[in-house]
Amino acid sequence: MEQSRKLRSILATDCGSTTTKAILIELVDGVYRLVCRGEAPTTVEAPFEDVTMGARNAVHEIEELMGRTFQDENGIITPQRDDKVGVDIFLSTSSAGGGLQMMVAGVVKQMSAESAERAALGAGAIVMDVIAINDGRLPYQKIQRIRQLRPDMILVSGGIDGGTITHVVELAELISAAEPRPRLGIGFNLPVIYAGNKDARLHIENTLGEKTDLRVVDNLRPVLEREMLGPAREEIHNLFMEHVMAQAPGYNKLMSWTEVPIMPTPGAVGKMIETVAAQKNMTVVGVDIGGATTDVFSVFADTFNRTVSANLGMSYSICNVMLESGLDNIMRWMPFDIDAADLRNRIRNKMIRPTTIPQTMQELVIEQAIAREALRLAFEHHKSLAIGLRGVQVQRDIAEAFEQSGSGATLVDLMGLGMIVGSGGVLSHAPRRVQSALMMLDAFVPEGITELAVDSIFMMPQLGVLSSVNAEAAQQVFDRDCLIRLGTAIAPVGQAKEGDECVTVKLTTSKGKTIEHKAVYGSMHLISLEEDETADLVARPARGFDLGKGKGHEVQAKILGGVVGVIIDARGRCPLGLPADKNKRIAKLVEWYKALDAYPMDILQKYLG
Amino acid sequence: MASAYTPGLLVTESILVKKRRRLPILGEVTVKLGDIVKPHDIVASTYIPGDPDTVNVANHIGVEGDEILEFMLKKKGDKVTKGEVIARKSSFFGLFKSSVESPIDGTVDNISSVTGVVTLRKPAVPVNVPAYIHGRITEIMPREGVVVETPAALIQGIFGVGGETQGALVMVAKKNSDILSGDKLKPEHKGKVVVGGSLVTADALRKASELGIAGIVAGGIIDKDLIEYLGHDIGVAITGAEDIPLTLVLTEGFGQINMADRTFNLLKSLDGKVASINGATQIRAGVMRPEIIVPLEHLVKATERSTESGMIAGTPVRIIREPYFGKLATVHALPPELHVIETGAKVRIMTAKLDSGEIVTIPRANVELIEG
Repeated sequence: MEQSRKLRSILATDCGSTTTKAILIELVDGVYRLVCRGEAPTTVEAPFEDVTMGARNAVHEIEELMGRTFQDENGIITPQRDDKVGVDIFLSTSSAGGGLQMMVAGVVKQMSAESAERAALGAGAIVMDVIAINDGRLPYQKIQRIRQLRPDMILVSGGIDGGTITHVVELAELISAAEPRPRLGIGFNLPVIYAGNKDARLHIENTLGEKTDLRVVDNLRPVLEREMLGPAREEIHNLFMEHVMAQAPGYNKLMSWTEVPIMPTPGAVGKMIETVAAQKNMTVVGVDIGGATTDVFSVFADTFNRTVSANLGMSYSICNVMLESGLDNIMRWMPFDIDAADLRNRIRNKMIRPTTIPQTMQELVIEQAIAREALRLAFEHHKSLAIGLRGVQVQRDIAEAFEQSGSGATLVDLMGLGMIVGSGGVLSHAPRRVQSALMMLDAFVPEGITELAVDSIFMMPQLGVLSSVNAEAAQQVFDRDCLIRLGTAIAPVGQAKEGDECVTVKLTTSKGKTIEHKAVYGSMHLISLEEDETADLVARPARGFDLGKGKGHEVQAKILGGVVGVIIDARGRCPLGLPADKNKRIAKLVEWYKALDAYPMDILQKYLG
Repeated sequence: MASAYTPGLLVTESILVKKRRRLPILGEVTVKLGDIVKPHDIVASTYIPGDPDTVNVANHIGVEGDEILEFMLKKKGDKVTKGEVIARKSSFFGLFKSSVESPIDGTVDNISSVTGVVTLRKPAVPVNVPAYIHGRITEIMPREGVVVETPAALIQGIFGVGGETQGALVMVAKKNSDILSGDKLKPEHKGKVVVGGSLVTADALRKASELGIAGIVAGGIIDKDLIEYLGHDIGVAITGAEDIPLTLVLTEGFGQINMADRTFNLLKSLDGKVASINGATQIRAGVMRPEIIVPLEHLVKATERSTESGMIAGTPVRIIREPYFGKLATVHALPPELHVIETGAKVRIMTAKLDSGEIVTIPRANVELIEG
């Protein structure tokens, strides 16, 4: 909308569950740069119950640091008046108060319900449940579930345009029978978005019109072969502003400060990931691991997908990571033995005291082991939802028919993956950057050649909302100040015997250095390549190993350096080569950690026993 | 003198407690401003629409959805009893009949001529919100609820399970390091809130349930014992709705951990007084911690909770992460500069004096104040 508008200064806040973060971006020598940041506790809850207090405090921190004035009694001063007063635009995102919580319903679980789920997730929601005619539950069980949950809104879909209306009306009748109440606003009707068969609209209005705040938008699956999520997502954002935000304490005031709608935080991050993928023309996976949830974003085959694993996180949901992955899977990443009961108590104590940080090396390794499992599970979840449309007849050639690919197959292509961007405390604040790289390699198991990066201070939400106003500014700040490039991973896919030849890597760096390295199966290596360097890579995988061009075929590419460098991950893939025997596994972990200089071995040694 | 902000749990003998008591949907407030209420007094009530049940009448009698109206014996809004015929179809001059009976007592909520489904609804269910604490009504939110206020002793726990309940406090532990085992619980503890020391055991939880004990307060619990007692694991830190006969409040955490002296001594001073307790814990936005509220006998003026708390040299703290987890200490010094700790992270630290006299370095994030 304002792509052409030249902004001199941009102030943006992200009101998170616990912290409100403010950033100031300015045009410096013709380039947009992050100039200053501030943060303060979020003030949505009692005793404050006014989100603008936290926003004001965060902005005030910037005012103090910069010796400038950005706010008066009416809010943020816009536009910028002079060098000392005001900013050209104020923007905000929010996930405070639990974010946007939705329920979705569709006629067929694998088709319209799945499309509705993608629409809700893409808009930045946490999906509390997916109701479908064929979800295996009896009608009364579905009604009970709808009554039990108090979502912010429900998205209903089902039927192609012109198709049968009975089933989607049946869904509406279930919702009507449940008389659902919204989470916020005791006297308000629950917003329901209908995005199904257009022929059923009148019946849906008759069924839900009086009991709910019904909105009707275009069918998100007008024909089987096409998914059209835009109108539903837009209406979700409208309702998020009108209903959810308007009910949350202080948001009316915050909304009056900004001329651009407040976006749900994950929705804004998703927008940023989409922008990056489009501008770099590469496939991207982004992950944000928080205390309560882990969001995964991806762009593959020009399709954006976002999933949120609502119960995988590093504090509030940490026990659920233990529950879902199992203690053994967490312990496999630790190069020492630990009593299982002691470990369980420690994990539970982290849940109830979420703000603590690891003080000992042993605690750090434990925390990062849990993070690997949370990331792995969240990525599995993402792969299962980031899929092609199901129910579509696909013409296949012979090769595809043998691969059983096509309709409903995951879009996540690990070999084609260009870049992984990690964010969230455990990744952004790891004491050594190589630890973040290793956590992402272990959890996502990328194949071939993949760039690795972390978001330095988690400003992707603010940049996401900024990209809707000025994509250039968002991109410039993202490249220069947001991303910390860790480097590039080279991971051949295949299996062999320990010590067999795996890959030979030759790098000719932009500074004119030539480095050649032979890696054997089961090993890891680190080659230094600075952040401002690139290198021409010639990689020759051994027979049986693939780097993207087929088994044994040489790959050439231009790769980027980073604060970590180039990691040769010759551990094979599918599965990652972790020995089953405990002692061998521990020895292997120690070998890898040494090779990458992941932990100070003199300190780690005292816990190895 | 250096000072620092750190979160803490409130443990105080006198504070003004305000409890917002709200209905889940709009209803009626049943008390007046200024009324004095007891914990079990109802302050607001409403009716929640009864559970619905659906019957696919069209399928049962073999007609299309848009035909069912002519076979319905009941209209929308009519009362029905279980087993009563609500729709009937005769064919072949009345030779063959098929009918549909109501599966519940209730009313006809909806008749759909699209799907042929009839929705029946059970009678509305009354919902009453009790005062929970003994106090005065200081605010009425019309049709929504009230605020009950009282000066009280308040102890916040770190984690709990089970919902709101009341009972007289009974100190079973002699020392804050005592273990609350099953043999220490007696039939006379029925309906009371029993206070233990450093640990509550699995057999104590079982026996407390058998004896009808209202609540247990202890320093810690072994993770496995709690899961076993609950019958399910805890994935996310949101509790309070467990289907268990008692409420458990932990003041320190998981493992055997001595109850902080201050907490233990305050509970001891309140021995015999009636407490309102709630195990509900939510560790996320709007952190909710379990609580023990003992209203003061006389409604005297008490201070409101301060929203700021700070640490200075000499402040008592609890260390809440390894390698000193559970230990009590006092702040020794608060150096302003960042320090590199063992993990390699650069963080703000403090030095703390342990009970043993030893002075140790701890990240500031790893202590909590014992607020008063």
